[in-house]
Amino acid sequence: MTRDVSTSDADVRADSFRQLAESQLSRLYALARRLAGDEAEDAVQDCLLKAYRGFDRLEHLAAGPAWLTSILVNTCHDRRRARSRRPEEVGVDDVDDFSLFRRIADEDPFPYSDSLHLDFLHQFGREDVRAVLASIPELYRVPMLLTYVEGYHAKEVARFLDAPLGTILARLHRGRKLFERRLWEYAEEHGLLKEGARP
Amino acid sequence: MITCAEAVRQLWAYLDGVVDEPSREAIEEHLSFCRRCCGEVEFAEELRSFLAAQAAEELPDDVRARLTATLEKLEPPT
Repeated sequence: MTRDVSTSDADVRADSFRQLAESQLSRLYALARRLAGDEAEDAVQDCLLKAYRGFDRLEHLAAGPAWLTSILVNTCHDRRRARSRRPEEVGVDDVDDFSLFRRIADEDPFPYSDSLHLDFLHQFGREDVRAVLASIPELYRVPMLLTYVEGYHAKEVARFLDAPLGTILARLHRGRKLFERRLWEYAEEHGLLKEGARP
Repeated sequence: MITCAEAVRQLWAYLDGVVDEPSREAIEEHLSFCRRCCGEVEFAEELRSFLAAQAAEELPDDVRARLTATLEKLEPPT
């Protein structure tokens, strides 16, 4: 009798997990594509299996989406580490003084524009932005994606990545600066700085 | 009083709401008279919106089917 009740509870938990996971599949896959590229599906599979094993530790179902995000972020991190890729650090001095705003104003690539900075951003299509983001070392790219694309607060990102808030803020700072500089470099390399380069 | 370089260095953190109170006050005081840094703030906001607007990649049907199959196969823990 006790065994039946226990089994029933386990079934209910499994169903509850499936419902949570199915409701988050699209979001998890989109994030995994950004974090793990072509390995996104495998990363989500790993994440689901790990999450299921630890589902008893989730106290409130409402926290489920953030909890799954945290597991996925760490799964992607573990997969990268397993490939022994060392995180590529970038010195502050390399990027700290770069201002995309000033560079655009100084270079004035669209002399007839009355909204120069916006026109610069409008040159970039979806694939261009993806390429620029992909060129940023993952140490900085991951906090940036979680904060500015996924919309998490830096404190949550620090928790996901198990790092002090100050470390995450420093990585965000370098990531933003790298993003600015690489937007400019990409525009130069791909001929986006010509009037009428893109309709 | 902070310089333009100091203000610009903290602009995104300011927009993210993660600077401390004295820094926030110093940045806002600087922005009250520095037109160029106001332009930097507006552009930083545009860049944030630009990043946030990056469309998520859709979950292909075949991938969804395989992930759902994984979920269906999960055994209740013993």
